[in-house]
Amino acid sequence: MPRSTGIKRFAGMLAAGTFMLFSAGALSDSVVTPGSKASGMDACVAPTAEMRRYHMEYLKHDRDKTVHEGIRGLKNSLAGCVDCHAAKDGNSGYASINADGQFCDKCHNYMAVTLACFQCHRKTPADPGASSAGTAKENQGHAFGLLLDQGESATLTEKERAQFQALVREE
Amino acid sequence: MSNKDDRPDMKRREFIGKTVLAAGAASVVPGVLLTVAKAGGENPGVSSDVRYGLLIDTNKCADDCTACVDACNRENGIDVMERPKGQSDDDWNGQRPQWIRKVRLKDMQTGEITNLPMMCQHCEFPPCVDVCPTGASFKRADGIAMVDRHTCIGCRYCMMACPYKARSFIHQNVARQLVNAPRGKGCVESCNLCVHRIDAGDMTTACQEACAKDGHQAIVFGDLKDPDSKLAKLLKKQSSRQIRADLELNTGVRYTNV
Ligand code: HEC
Ligand code: HEC
Ligand code: HEC
Repeated sequence: MPRSTGIKRFAGMLAAGTFMLFSAGALSDSVVTPGSKASGMDACVAPTAEMRRYHMEYLKHDRDKTVHEGIRGLKNSLAGCVDCHAAKDGNSGYASINADGQFCDKCHNYMAVTLACFQCHRKTPADPGASSAGTAKENQGHAFGLLLDQGESATLTEKERAQFQALVREE
Repeated sequence: MSNKDDRPDMKRREFIGKTVLAAGAASVVPGVLLTVAKAGGENPGVSSDVRYGLLIDTNKCADDCTACVDACNRENGIDVMERPKGQSDDDWNGQRPQWIRKVRLKDMQTGEITNLPMMCQHCEFPPCVDVCPTGASFKRADGIAMVDRHTCIGCRYCMMACPYKARSFIHQNVARQLVNAPRGKGCVESCNLCVHRIDAGDMTTACQEACAKDGHQAIVFGDLKDPDSKLAKLLKKQSSRQIRADLELNTGVRYTNV
């Protein structure tokens, strides 16, 4: 019965893998990268164990909310992950969040997950040094939230908004 | 199906039954979530109570001006795209995305020149949506036709279907992006009336703002369904045209003086 053995072996590996992932996370240090905003903070946008298990679902949920329903600045925005989890590169910029050993690569590398997201999405927080791209509007604030729940709104100044539209520095 | 007798395929029935059950269950849950979310916040998202559109006065569109095109390229990160090494001028100019372009018409008899800023016309009945095999081409409740690039497979049927040549395809990997304008190889994109601004509560698009700033005021952006909007009032007052009105797409972008 070679077939059922194969399935059993696969299930065993899956279980062991999951167990290792969770036990390692629970017992020892986190994978949060030093030099990121997150490294100086206490909590993610949801409890850590929940984020480890469900971040992909949350991202997809908020992605559809934003693209189809026009609700922006959600808690699980991809731009938000990058903002907190991208690490400074030692110079004045940031390392790409999905580069080898960086936050979004650490577990994925181990789990053989390959993300397509960063082919399109910016890999670093908006660069405060670069001149503003985009024709930013003056006066009224723009709702934008990283830690904000749906409905809450924060106000960005003109300068801050320009930063979010700034160019990516080449790595 | 290789059934030799005339019994119905029970496996198939079972499957359909389960699917219906699952679909029922799935549709209850988002419904519940939706109401909770709506009760909690003031951000209900897009609504079909509005329909965004543009009115373009071609008389005011100056011949030598590219303010709208430049502003669009800046706003949507098109200007930070780099030419791949070794690509010819023709390929580069022909293939880079173009969300708005100026079409120049010349009356052969009188020599009169008319400029039409041309972009996605945000049809009420968009052909791009009709032909899309994955549902990536869609119309938001507020009338904006756009591409969900998470579901776009790059087949480019929509580009063929669009009578306005409004859509672009990304042929190469993109190195530099803006937070507001993710973009990558293999997807179709087009003017989305600066959705990120609209969602943030702005009532301007980059092109309109730039045109006004240059003193031309050729572009007016607004809500077609609000009788008190500047756009609706102007449309009521003067005669305007839809480009290719014969197709009966009911475009959200209208032109005067063509
Ligand atoms: C406000 C800043 C912030 C944002 C935004 C944020 N995170 Fe976090 N994240 C943190 C912090 C701080 C931790 C570490 C929590 C801890 O120490 O338990 C963390 C932990 C995590 C972990 C667990 C890491 C581990 O060690 O196992 C994952 C996974 C994660 N974040 C994913 C995401 C994703 C995906 C997003 C975007 C949807 C996101 N985070 C957005 C601050 C943030
Ligand atoms: C082909 C390009 C492309 C790819 C690949 C892509 N996205 Fe997007 N994504 C977009 C565009 C375009 C938007 C709309 C941005 C806007 O309107 O501001 C967007 C918006 C989003 C948003 C809402 C805005 C934000 O920052 O929160 C989320 C969440 C998101 N994408 C998640 C993902 C995830 C997760 C992946 C990988 C599984 C991914 N995307 C892959 C193009 C892409
Ligand atoms: C604590 C480890 C961990 C970290 C850190 C982490 N991920 Fe994941 N991620 C996983 C695992 C494990 C999977 C695969 C789950 C599965 O296969 O069911 C996954 C899958 C995903 C998927 C779904 C992939 C697909 O092809 O469907 C997305 C999207 C994703 N992660 C986004 C991110 C982003 C963005 C970051 C960085 C902000 C991040 N993840 C950081 C562990 C992590």
